[in-house]
Amino acid sequence: MTAVGTKPERLEGWNRPPAIVPDGEGELLEVAMGPHHPSTHGVFRMDVALDGERVIRLKPVFGYLHRNHEKIAEQASYLASMPYTDRLDYFCSLTNNWAYALAVEKLAAQEVPERAQYIRVILAELTRIQNHASSIGFLIQEMGASGTPLMYAFKEREKILDLFESLTGSRMMCNYMRFGGCRVDPSAAWLDATRKVVAGLPGFVDEFEALLSSNEILMARTQGVGILKPHLAVNAGVSGPMLRASGVNYDIRKVDRYGIYDRFKFRVPLGDHGDVYDRYMVRILEMRESIRILEQALPDIPAGSVMDPKAKIRGFRPKPGEAYGRIEAPKGELGFYLVSDGGPNPYRYRVRPPSLINLTVLEDMCLGHNVADVVLIFGSVDIVLGEVDR
Amino acid sequence: MKSVEEIKAAIEAAVPGAGVEFVPNPGPAAEHSLRLAPESAVAVATFLRDDADLAFDFLSNVTGVDWPDKEIAEKVKVIRQVTKTVEGVEQQVEETVEETRKRVEPGCLEAVYHLYSVAKKHGPLVIRMETVNRTDQVELPSLTPVWRAAEFQEREIFDLYGIVFRGHPDLRRLLMWDGFKDHPMRKDYVDPDDYEYEPTAHDQVLKRAGEHRAAEAAKEQGLGT
Repeated sequence: MTAVGTKPERLEGWNRPPAIVPDGEGELLEVAMGPHHPSTHGVFRMDVALDGERVIRLKPVFGYLHRNHEKIAEQASYLASMPYTDRLDYFCSLTNNWAYALAVEKLAAQEVPERAQYIRVILAELTRIQNHASSIGFLIQEMGASGTPLMYAFKEREKILDLFESLTGSRMMCNYMRFGGCRVDPSAAWLDATRKVVAGLPGFVDEFEALLSSNEILMARTQGVGILKPHLAVNAGVSGPMLRASGVNYDIRKVDRYGIYDRFKFRVPLGDHGDVYDRYMVRILEMRESIRILEQALPDIPAGSVMDPKAKIRGFRPKPGEAYGRIEAPKGELGFYLVSDGGPNPYRYRVRPPSLINLTVLEDMCLGHNVADVVLIFGSVDIVLGEVDR
Repeated sequence: MKSVEEIKAAIEAAVPGAGVEFVPNPGPAAEHSLRLAPESAVAVATFLRDDADLAFDFLSNVTGVDWPDKEIAEKVKVIRQVTKTVEGVEQQVEETVEETRKRVEPGCLEAVYHLYSVAKKHGPLVIRMETVNRTDQVELPSLTPVWRAAEFQEREIFDLYGIVFRGHPDLRRLLMWDGFKDHPMRKDYVDPDDYEYEPTAHDQVLKRAGEHRAAEAAKEQGLGT
């Protein structure tokens, strides 16, 4: 690690953070926030230079949870990496599965049956709801509301995790999707239980919003804090709710129309200011849109197989070539880049982690704010360290 | 979106001497790519970003690929003069013999960029660059001044593959610690025997302690006499 205080050379330009000049009174204080700071959701360090309370420099330091996921995947067969993708963003293992399955299906030109497509959409949207609810819960916990909003979110998340457990056998490490379909067919009882949970979700979001959205302390702490301008957000590769909170209309579900997302009616919530409050609000509204998708997808699930009968499980060797598959994961654009040389293992396996790339602009958003706001801005990015460090 | 060949033509019209090469993708995904010459890569990237039709303003994914040196064994037919005894008489006979010859095809490190357009909602366009070899000429131009999204991802490639990006504002290791020597994602990387080893200040501390003790002893001796 670089010693605290060594300042890397700065490249001037519109897409670089502006240099903030200290006011010249007193000394600069250099603080290492993390790696065991409670707000970092894991092991992550920010080397912050402070002028009084004001942040004048912030350098994120990564790698505490690095395990070289990509190297391990290059030494295993294609299917053997599927359970390992669960461990990337361990809040959303089902969307990780889908992104990897999508990339391999693109690489090997595989079909996915209709029923499996519906189940993938249902599971992905349930994942999105529980991720957004708990990320808002964590954000507000960091703001000082100890426990209460987080427990409201976890109460609902628990119901969704119970559904995952009864379908896949595991609450968080689901390992459910396969190349060309899904692992098990959900029973009619499971679909009924899902309908019941989904019927209760709008009430939960209403209650959550009544508790938070017009709360005076929340508004005072988050409005106008951590503003991210749209042109910088696009240039820095920011994706997901963070990009849309800056007012950029870019949702991969709408742009790529992967899976069967072109069949559902839903809107893309956008923010006006790109501050922390907008990121909070976009997540709330996305939960409502996810419920809309679920309400459309659940009634008309077709019967049939969940696995393509032509899909090859043993001796799976895609033809030489490469493919990049991406989906709109709850945290942003999750992509997998695969290069095949015709062997049983991928020659190159790359994860495009949304959490890591969204942190590119962390310094830009924090400069000039108080150190207490850094915790909030960082929380509003919504990262999971398992995915940042891989 | 324009096809990759059309984009290649547009680049060649806008950036003279761009040296762009079309790289086909044989797989079913058929995402063909363009290989940029390192000298003109920044100019081409700026054109791709700023051109009104193409408008590739969103750099999604940057990654490295390692192509190690390949040893190719070829069978070559060689005609040789052989002395043979035919019907009791020694004769010089020409004979065709198969011989295996080995040659080494030099490898390289490759950086692959996936571009999308937020403004036009199209993509992906895959562009790639190659280093000259894997050992001493591993420099490529950084595209971070064009797309900020490459900042951490190029640092990661520098860390794990060892490509040195010229013009990167802050090129340090991203995931491994600074004292680490090798590049773990390379195909010929060998795991260390001792996984737990991390550099500590132990040696320096012992050295300093020794110096301190010697100085203290000298001081005490000085006081005694």
